Amino acid sequence: MKKLSTPLIVLSLTVALAACAKKPPETLPPEPVDTSAGSDTDIDPNAGQQTGVVPGSQEDFIANVMSDRIFFDTDKFNVDSEDQGVLRSQASWLAQYPNVSIVVEGHADERGTRDYNLALGERRANSAKNYLITLGVAASRIRTVSYGKERPQATGSNESAWAQNRRAVTVTVR
Amino acid sequence: MTQRFLEISAFMVAFFALFALSSPAAAQLEGTVTDDSGRTQITVAVPALPTPQTVPTAAGTTADLGNRISDVIVADLRSSGLFDPIGRNGVKAITYDEVTRPTFPYWTGRNVESLIQGFVRSNGDGKLTVGCYVYDVALGSELARQGFVVEPADWRRAAHKCADSIYSRLTGESPFFDSRIAYIAETGPKDNRTKRLAVMDSDGANHRFLTSGGTALTPRFSPDYKSILYLSYSGGSPAIYIYDIGTGRQRLVTRTNNATFAPRWSPDGRNILYSMAIAGNTDIYRISAQGGSPVRLTRSPGIDVGGSYSPDGSKIVFESDRSGAQQIYVMNADGSGQRRISFGGGRAATPEWSPRGDLIAFTKIAGNFRIAVMRPGGGGERVLTNSWQDEAPTWAPNGRVIQFFRTSRGSGRTSIWQVDVAGGEERRLRTPVDGSDPAWGPVRP
Repeated sequence: MKKLSTPLIVLSLTVALAACAKKPPETLPPEPVDTSAGSDTDIDPNAGQQTGVVPGSQEDFIANVMSDRIFFDTDKFNVDSEDQGVLRSQASWLAQYPNVSIVVEGHADERGTRDYNLALGERRANSAKNYLITLGVAASRIRTVSYGKERPQATGSNESAWAQNRRAVTVTVR
Repeated sequence: MTQRFLEISAFMVAFFALFALSSPAAAQLEGTVTDDSGRTQITVAVPALPTPQTVPTAAGTTADLGNRISDVIVADLRSSGLFDPIGRNGVKAITYDEVTRPTFPYWTGRNVESLIQGFVRSNGDGKLTVGCYVYDVALGSELARQGFVVEPADWRRAAHKCADSIYSRLTGESPFFDSRIAYIAETGPKDNRTKRLAVMDSDGANHRFLTSGGTALTPRFSPDYKSILYLSYSGGSPAIYIYDIGTGRQRLVTRTNNATFAPRWSPDGRNILYSMAIAGNTDIYRISAQGGSPVRLTRSPGIDVGGSYSPDGSKIVFESDRSGAQQIYVMNADGSGQRRISFGGGRAATPEWSPRGDLIAFTKIAGNFRIAVMRPGGGGERVLTNSWQDEAPTWAPNGRVIQFFRTSRGSGRTSIWQVDVAGGEERRLRTPVDGSDPAWGPVRP
């Protein structure tokens, strides 16, 4: 149930870093929540652990890193200090589970041409990958894939949605 | 298929052959058609094509086909924007004997400038002969005649060939109706689109999906229509495949762990351009369509992507952000002599060299995305569309019409449109589902 825990973590991060955070966007729209599943219970970011998340799993990863993703400005692919914090938390987790590999997905917003966005997604995924390598994650554990503008997270056509879509997302692979 | 094409060509040469190339008629037409905005349209009448004998065929009776061929010709001519066609319901039915002897006073009385007459005849061997005659009503003379032998199932091709004959004779431009388009058919929600490879005739008919689920992008027909280059995520990462239309089989263009995308054919179909990202840096490569070792053409640390050959194959126009933002560059086919040609303001992307060689079509990004053209040497920029996001131009084989796709703000719905390079009305090409990434192939032989 990563969809339940992820938004909360991202939101709390936004609050904690509000003073210096330039992103995610100021007004972070709520991400889609699966309303069919247990809306009667409060969402607890630690719920997964209480109910026994498998150590080293994707659920475990999501529950124990600052975020599974970093965000970029328009046409940019640099990893800033905020992104570095996120990636450090990912690297620490990966150090605990050396048999876990990851795929870093690079994405772009819809306001770019298709081929260019594929290349831009490659740049973003590799920026995240390269920073993880400097933190000690073996390059052999990291694969990158660019989705260009093909897999938006937020479906609106506005600055807020585009800011959420300019991202590099880390996904664990067993 | 090849057999049939040869037969069409041979028939054209052997049977009807020559046009009556009279210069007075050409001069008169030049006066009628003015190219840029404010042009007038040529009034053309296209009565139903009579048949000497109504015979059933696999595609309907010959009389029925005569009606449908007239309809396709009318639709083709109308879509070009250069004609004001009058279909079979607006004019009298003609007899078979009348095809070669038009009743000119009838057409003069209806202010018809050009008259199209033809016939549909069933041959003994199950094939059809479709005759196509172009008359100048004011002069009372024949301008062109052609005939086509087709399988009944290919009757639309005969109609497109006839429309091409009319278009060429009356405008002086090269034909383009008898051509096909590859594109991406889109379905599903914006954050989980299914994108399928699909093909259709230039008018949207004979539509076919070639792949089922997944994500396919950026197709390009080979110049001989036998295969299609496209990007697929079927292997988990973006990679370019060559899809063989005859067999339905496909293979990777090059085997690599790096992402490959933005595939393009050379005009002779012998070489393929593609873009490859290595450690995040994208450059343009060339490889033989038969395989072998790729040749790297660009070496900038920026994103170099896309690429489109000049018609003679000597140069390549491509896109790069080496200056800090997407702009358009030209290089020699071996990668030498790279220089920027877009200086029109904003960003410039997805350049496509006109088959005529005279213009580069591209996506102009300045706030919104618009389709524009410029000269291959730079300058002469003209913006042709005005919408929220118009992208990825592709040229009609005669270099007179540009097709592109339009994305709707919010919904992300996509549709395929076309516009005359001289400007004017944008027309939507109807597709069964949403459509993007159109790629226009050459005129069929």
